[in-house]
Amino acid sequence: MRKQRSTFLFSALCFGMAFLYVPIFLMIFYSFNYSKLVPVWGGFSTRWYGVLFQSEEVWDALALSLQIAVVNATFATLIGTMAALALVRFGNFRGRMLFSGMITAPLVMPEVITGLSLLLLFITLEGIIGWPSERGFTTITIAHITFSMAFVAVIIQGRLAGMGQELEEAAQDLGAKPFRVLFDVTLPRLAPGMLAGWLLSFTLSLDDLIIASFVSGPGATTLPILIYSRVRLGLRPDINALATIMVLAVAIGVIVAGWLLFRQQKQRTREMQMAGK
Amino acid sequence: MSQVNDAAAGHYGDRPWLAPGAVPFIHIQGVSKRFGDFVAVDNVDLEIYKGELFALLGGSGCGKTTLLRMLAGFEEPSSGNIFIDGADMRSVPPYERPVNMMFQSYALFPHMRVEQNVAYGLKRDGVPPAEVRRRVEEMLAMVELSDFARRKPHQLSGGQRQRVALARALVKRPKVLLLDEPLAALDKRLREQTQFELMNIQDKLGVTFIVVTHDQEEAMTLSTRIAVMDAGRFVQIGTPTEIYEYPQTRFTASFIGTINMFEGTVVRDGGGLALDCADLPMRLALPEHFDGGEGQQITLAVRPEKIRMSKTQDAGGGAVVSLPGKVRDLAYMGNLSIYRVEVGKAVVQITAPNQRRLDQREITWDDEVHVGWDTASALALTE
Repeated sequence: MRKQRSTFLFSALCFGMAFLYVPIFLMIFYSFNYSKLVPVWGGFSTRWYGVLFQSEEVWDALALSLQIAVVNATFATLIGTMAALALVRFGNFRGRMLFSGMITAPLVMPEVITGLSLLLLFITLEGIIGWPSERGFTTITIAHITFSMAFVAVIIQGRLAGMGQELEEAAQDLGAKPFRVLFDVTLPRLAPGMLAGWLLSFTLSLDDLIIASFVSGPGATTLPILIYSRVRLGLRPDINALATIMVLAVAIGVIVAGWLLFRQQKQRTREMQMAGK
Repeated sequence: MSQVNDAAAGHYGDRPWLAPGAVPFIHIQGVSKRFGDFVAVDNVDLEIYKGELFALLGGSGCGKTTLLRMLAGFEEPSSGNIFIDGADMRSVPPYERPVNMMFQSYALFPHMRVEQNVAYGLKRDGVPPAEVRRRVEEMLAMVELSDFARRKPHQLSGGQRQRVALARALVKRPKVLLLDEPLAALDKRLREQTQFELMNIQDKLGVTFIVVTHDQEEAMTLSTRIAVMDAGRFVQIGTPTEIYEYPQTRFTASFIGTINMFEGTVVRDGGGLALDCADLPMRLALPEHFDGGEGQQITLAVRPEKIRMSKTQDAGGGAVVSLPGKVRDLAYMGNLSIYRVEVGKAVVQITAPNQRRLDQREITWDDEVHVGWDTASALALTE
């Protein structure tokens, strides 16, 4: 009985893993294919990586995507952290429930809706105040910040709730004004969580296609948009190479973020032990 | 010793509250704290004098920590006033109060080294760097942690962390030091040693200490005065001796140490009054301080170490109580033994020093004995 169940669980695991990762490995595999025809194996080669980096279009898209990702991650981390501080530390202010609900809404909102509504907002704004005069870097970045900050807020909220306020009180007791306490005690302890949030926002921005395609304009092509538009004209081996690089970048980001969160968890356990609780 | 203390108190050094014309250093005036419907602190008044080592003693949830947090400024009183050194503390934020606190969990900054932890408060006050360094070194030397200055808190033992927390709170030379369960996280041996260190430091610096504790032993050895708290109110305020020898209520009597209590009615017996207790075979003589009358329901309380025990009838003078009983239980504690003697339907607990070795002692299980005490050693409690 037990044996049977474990066999079942094991095959379910294998099937699930295969379902998730075989396509990705297939793509990576074919990115090293010499042949111009994607599904036909023509021997191992890094030819398409070379081709890829000769294309100015790809470089431009990569540069734009990275710029957006960095600016987005930075702002999302700042705003998300402030939102989390407001929610956890400022007690029961008026509209707290509404705010805490609203802050997580972008996590569950269908991306199509987010994209569409932001596009409408930008068009209306342009009509009224003449800004943003064109859609591109600025609009995509703003759109990405709206949902990235929600992720950051959730991460920081969790950390803050588990931290307790005793250290902040101790700093105040020793003569630090609230602003000073924030920089001396609260933020240093939040730093790992903020870094994890930054990396998560960075990767989220880097692989977003739907929202970006709603709010981007003619001159602004991000990497995912470029891949999508090229693949629509047929599978191409250089796109496999590009996608492989992106998988690598995103994987690194997620692993580092995960590691930081794990370390933060460990530190918390240690602090709890230190407090003798 | 501080000058103010010496000048105002003169020979009242240890008992500044007795000095004529002494001005309280901390004045708590009709302070209450409510959290929603729950009353944590209920209209308390308290005066604490300079140089005291004052203990707030009570079980968990009695309001002692809330009172301490109101002194530190982390909670605002719902009503009433707190004065420290004559200044009204209403809406004075924690970072502007002349008090420092030592937290129960020590609350050391985990990302700072020991020396940075201790220096933090001085830097916030804008003390020049050279003086910061000097005072931190001085303070670390006093708590014997000079060799650990460059360590992070997690590299220290519990006792060392406790001393860092103490140094950090004292380095600013506060007028009042608040200590929240300062010894609770230490093991017994370290606790005893630290108790004496705390007393020495307090004596050396003349800072007023207010200690919150649930440990009656800690309160007894450390403090000049104790306030026993229950359900947000003070039950009794007094020196450790007063609290132990003359508890005013049953709560205080049973909270501090162990005590035998006999409940009964006051009756006329011969020339004077006596207690008629249903569980005992005979009436008990009342101590002279009893000023109640016939028919009153009271509790007669006697500490276990004040009771004598012998195999022969006590031949003492008139002012003794003597009851026949049988030893039911006996616990050997090394230096002393605890006897539980059945007297009538009651069980009397007696502690006696082991003046002889265990195998040579006179009284043991199931022996018929007489237990007795001087009537003056007993207490008649009406509340």
